[in-house]
Amino acid sequence: MSDPTPRPTSAAARVRRRLSGRVGSAVAIVIALLWTMPTFGLLISSFRPEQQIKTTGWWTFFTDPQVTLQNYADVLFGTSSQGQLASYFINSIVISLPSTVFVVGIAALAAYALAWMDFPGRDWLFLGIFALQIVPLQMALVPLLSIFSQGLVVGGVQVLPAWEFQGALEFTNVWVAHTIFGLPLGIFLLHNFISALPRSLFEAARVDGAGHGVIFRRVVTPLIVPALVSLGIFQFLWVWNDLLVALIFAGGNADVAPLTVRLAEMAGTRGNEWQRLTAGAFVSIVVPLLVFFSLQRYFVRGLLAGSVKG
Amino acid sequence: MGFSILDELPKLLWLVIGLAAFAGVIGLLLLVVDRGPRARRDWWQAAFFLGPAVLLLLLGLVYPALRTAWLSFFDGSGETWSGLDNYVWLFTQPEILIVLRNTLLWVVLAPVLATATGLVYAILVDRSRFESVAKSLLFMPMAISFVGAGIIWRFVYAYRPAEADQIGLLNRVVVAFGGEPQQWLLNQPLNTLLLIVVLIWVQAGFAMVVLSAAIKAIPSEIVEAARIDGANAWQLFRSVTLPSVWPTLTVVLITISVQTLKVFDIVRTMTGGQFDTSVIANEMYNQAFRYGELGQGSALAVFLFALVIPLVIVQMRTNRRVREQQA
Repeated sequence: MSDPTPRPTSAAARVRRRLSGRVGSAVAIVIALLWTMPTFGLLISSFRPEQQIKTTGWWTFFTDPQVTLQNYADVLFGTSSQGQLASYFINSIVISLPSTVFVVGIAALAAYALAWMDFPGRDWLFLGIFALQIVPLQMALVPLLSIFSQGLVVGGVQVLPAWEFQGALEFTNVWVAHTIFGLPLGIFLLHNFISALPRSLFEAARVDGAGHGVIFRRVVTPLIVPALVSLGIFQFLWVWNDLLVALIFAGGNADVAPLTVRLAEMAGTRGNEWQRLTAGAFVSIVVPLLVFFSLQRYFVRGLLAGSVKG
Repeated sequence: MGFSILDELPKLLWLVIGLAAFAGVIGLLLLVVDRGPRARRDWWQAAFFLGPAVLLLLLGLVYPALRTAWLSFFDGSGETWSGLDNYVWLFTQPEILIVLRNTLLWVVLAPVLATATGLVYAILVDRSRFESVAKSLLFMPMAISFVGAGIIWRFVYAYRPAEADQIGLLNRVVVAFGGEPQQWLLNQPLNTLLLIVVLIWVQAGFAMVVLSAAIKAIPSEIVEAARIDGANAWQLFRSVTLPSVWPTLTVVLITISVQTLKVFDIVRTMTGGQFDTSVIANEMYNQAFRYGELGQGSALAVFLFALVIPLVIVQMRTNRRVREQQA
């Protein structure tokens, strides 16, 4: 018996414990299976020939294994009705990288100012930005889209002109929208981290005559790298996986629409072309999975440090 | 027309330009900020650091949110004042009442079941030999987009006529037990429940990770003491584990609830909101961006916001309590 205490246990208690151990393991295995089977089935299917996917279940693969890469070739590089996902894959990258870098950079500057610079109204400003976290982005979509397309007019005066971007330049709209929506959580997370740095660090730097610019670059940035990575992963996954923002700010234009928009469209119009949907879904999943598994440590730390964005 | 890398070059070029421009601006800003006049230095230095964030937030979040609230009192074109018409519509239109009922179902079921699954799993795999692998399995769906998850589960729910081989796992199981294959996504109200399963599948990993950390934070003396007193697994759970993780549990529950209120992608990918499966966020998109009913779309957005507020207040209170406990 592994029980460290020498007190005698009744036979009934022993049976009960063993049973709860067995039942417990069984429940855990069932949950784990339920959570992995759907993805696994999709993965297997994406490598099966079209005819097979459409007529037999993916589990027949184990008795009749037939493997092909044709689905991936079609869905990535085929005609546009087959998906042509390679192009959308690039769009996803072009959308996600800047949207991540912008948020991390701008949020770090703002969080530093809110934590370590003295100016009147600082606490109120922090509270205001904190409160913005709860505003659902649905509240902002219609007016923000109109700012992009018609500019901003206040009291009859054109404050901002319309941005009439064409082609690839239209990515800018998506970058700006994602950056704005990512900032409240970003500033909050980094502020938690930066404000916890020891005060003596800043005093020493100031005594040496360093200004805020130098302190931020040389002292703060190297120390908050883990937090920056955590935020970066969150924002990247969020942007890569987003459908709503992309649909509204890039949805109408195949030059800029990301994978999610294209896949949702294919699921709607070609819902039974499973050879394309299975392979297409995996094309969109593979990047987040790589990011997730290689940087899982930071991801978990970020989850535990803050909330989740909305 | 096939794929050609040449077509992609302008995009990649714009990507590089965008990133370089950003790096340039930030770099310049950091160089300049220490070299200005000494007068009112704190003020304008703070303005440099905070300026980009504050401007973007004012322009892209504060002003639009106020404008949306304002628009919710106007008609579809956004030009004629219509008072509370949109809100009356929201609570009387039969289709919208179904949307509200569905949203309620989502918010009641998804957070509770996702959290419960996460908690049970976290306890079961705690300190087992395969803990980290087991956790990754449950956690993996969190990295997958809702669109991807939607496709994965549509495949599980796929339907073939009774005489054909089933390709969907669920119908295969039903047939194996002698049942008739169902068109799962067409039959309401079951279809809404099956969509909720997808969100539970995605969110359980989040609950599991956060709760697992809370479980590990329970002082081992307490657990040992309870063991020595002869507590069995169930007693241990009820009188030690559960009370200790309760504040964390509340935070997790509310965080998932807030996410659930805004769920859009799953519904959009799996049914498009047809067959009585629509929810508020999906209906908001339809009204504002497909039917051009700006007033009704805005009213839905405002209502969504109103639903989030009480949840966030509870969450902030619990958060404070958790912090105080840890301090």
